[in-house]
Amino acid sequence: MSSNIQILRSPKKAAYGSAGALLLFVALAIAPKILDQSITNEWVKLFYLVTLASMWNLLAGYAGMISVGQQAFIGLGAYGVFVFNDHGFSAYESGIIASIVVGVVAVPISFLAFRLRGGYFAIGTWVIAETLRLIIIRFPSLGSGKGRNIQNYTRDPILRNTYTYWMALGVAIFALSACFILLRSRFGLALQSIRDNEVAANSLGIKVDFTKRVVYVIGAMGCAAAGSVICIQSIGVASPNAIFGVSYSAFMIFMVLIGGIGTIEGPVMGALLYFFVDKYFSQSGLWYLVILGVIAIIATLFFPKGIWGEINARWNLSLFPVSYQVKIENNQNDSIHLSKKEK
Amino acid sequence: MIYLNSISQGILLGGLFALSAVGLSLAFGVLRIVNLAHGDLMTLGGYLAFITIEHTGMSTWYSFLIVVPAMGVIGYLVQRLLLQRALRMGELAPLMVTFGISIIIPNSLVQLFTNNTEQLPVGSLATSSIQVNSQISIGTFPLVTLGISIVMISALQQYLARTKMGRYMRAAADDSEVLRLMGVDHRRVYGIAMGIAFSTLAMAGILFGMRQGGVSPYDGQLTVLFAFETVIIGGLGSLWGTLLGGMVLGIAQTIAGQFSPELPLLVGHLVFLGVLAFRPNGLLGKPVLR
Repeated sequence: MSSNIQILRSPKKAAYGSAGALLLFVALAIAPKILDQSITNEWVKLFYLVTLASMWNLLAGYAGMISVGQQAFIGLGAYGVFVFNDHGFSAYESGIIASIVVGVVAVPISFLAFRLRGGYFAIGTWVIAETLRLIIIRFPSLGSGKGRNIQNYTRDPILRNTYTYWMALGVAIFALSACFILLRSRFGLALQSIRDNEVAANSLGIKVDFTKRVVYVIGAMGCAAAGSVICIQSIGVASPNAIFGVSYSAFMIFMVLIGGIGTIEGPVMGALLYFFVDKYFSQSGLWYLVILGVIAIIATLFFPKGIWGEINARWNLSLFPVSYQVKIENNQNDSIHLSKKEK
Repeated sequence: MIYLNSISQGILLGGLFALSAVGLSLAFGVLRIVNLAHGDLMTLGGYLAFITIEHTGMSTWYSFLIVVPAMGVIGYLVQRLLLQRALRMGELAPLMVTFGISIIIPNSLVQLFTNNTEQLPVGSLATSSIQVNSQISIGTFPLVTLGISIVMISALQQYLARTKMGRYMRAAADDSEVLRLMGVDHRRVYGIAMGIAFSTLAMAGILFGMRQGGVSPYDGQLTVLFAFETVIIGGLGSLWGTLLGGMVLGIAQTIAGQFSPELPLLVGHLVFLGVLAFRPNGLLGKPVLR
């Protein structure tokens, strides 16, 4: 019995996926010129949620690093806007510079955090976030513990909102494309092997710590960019406790778990879902957070693949595939699709 | 001389940190679970004590007799019903479950009890102290907490060393599969270990509330960090190390408090990060971190 075996990377659906994404990005980019600003302003939140979820997913879903301290970089990104804005850069330039600087700062931090593994890594990152918050609030120029406003911003509200929207969208697209490109590369393969078994990956010659560090730094930069968007959207930081708050980690974890960990599409779905849940239920007090917690537990225990995982398992609908698929065609001409990567 | 006073206060505070960290240490040692809800469960213990006091009118000290066993049972059930399932699914799942619990507890408490601090009266011990000399005075209540911590740590040490269940727990820590091959129901061992962890953290939670003058819903976000820092400073896998770690953290915080009321937290975190940088296995720990 002769059979043809093909290794597929980008099935036709993926081509549709990429083309669709491209069209969507273009449509989103021109949206503020067509739609009413009250609608598009809300989407800024969706974009930074997508960014945050993708970054957390990159860390946990692909590199096996569970952090509950990414708010450290959200906060630094937000406060970085003040620092560079005070030195004469526009708020948007400041956000971009701050994200790059935070990436540099994340390198020494990673050396400390990587002393710990697994769950201890998780709480260690939390301590680091708290430490940074306590240091930041010691600077009177950064508003001490009371937060502060951006001094020098675009005064025209329509122009400002449009710029903020574009920045938020740009950051989200950048974060998604970075994940996609990174994970399809040889580097992504190394990363997933580390997640699945660090010791084995190491013995195959993968530079475990270096690879993880690169991801950690990218994660930090993405969260910093999201943080600067959050800061720019509200023209300042109302309270350092909020921008450095552990609840950001809670939201990131929720989005990724519900959407589907370890896929490109999952966190986006999770962010969309959370965006609507937050919009309609956040007024109903803290019970809404309690319910988020309950859903996170149920999802972990009973639907570990999340929404996208369930969809994918049913229809094999990977729009942005980062894994390989084996297609076997034997002489009876019936084909079997096997997903090479189950996790 | 003022430092001597700070140091003695720090040692007393360290006892409380150690007691709050024992459960975290045990859960990690035996089950390999890092309980992210540890601090919030301490707060829950404090609130259960408050409810008991409100309903029966008994003193805070007697509420231990109800709350500690109750939390033990809750711990056993949480392990058997939620975490046992999560453990089978890999490293991520138990963390996620405990993180979910850590979101549920404080937000439910705010909804049920408001954001205010609920009183946990210490009674006559609150004001009494032992005057060592003109500068150093030792409060009776902190001394009692240190005493409780030392008794609990010794008792746990003896339990792990000498009883059958203690042996099972140490075996589970080394290799839970071999334990299962020996015909021991590892799920029960895990459940009991978690029950003990919850009991000790409940004690620590009530004592912490008494020390602070009461409990409020978000206390756990701070106490989980203290407990965790204590474990890492002392070194994983050593209960006496945990006591030492608690004292180092306590002393660091009280001395920093001499300079400014804003400093204790920051200095505590920095001491922890310093230990992480220069002695990653902790002061008394075995090299298990890497």
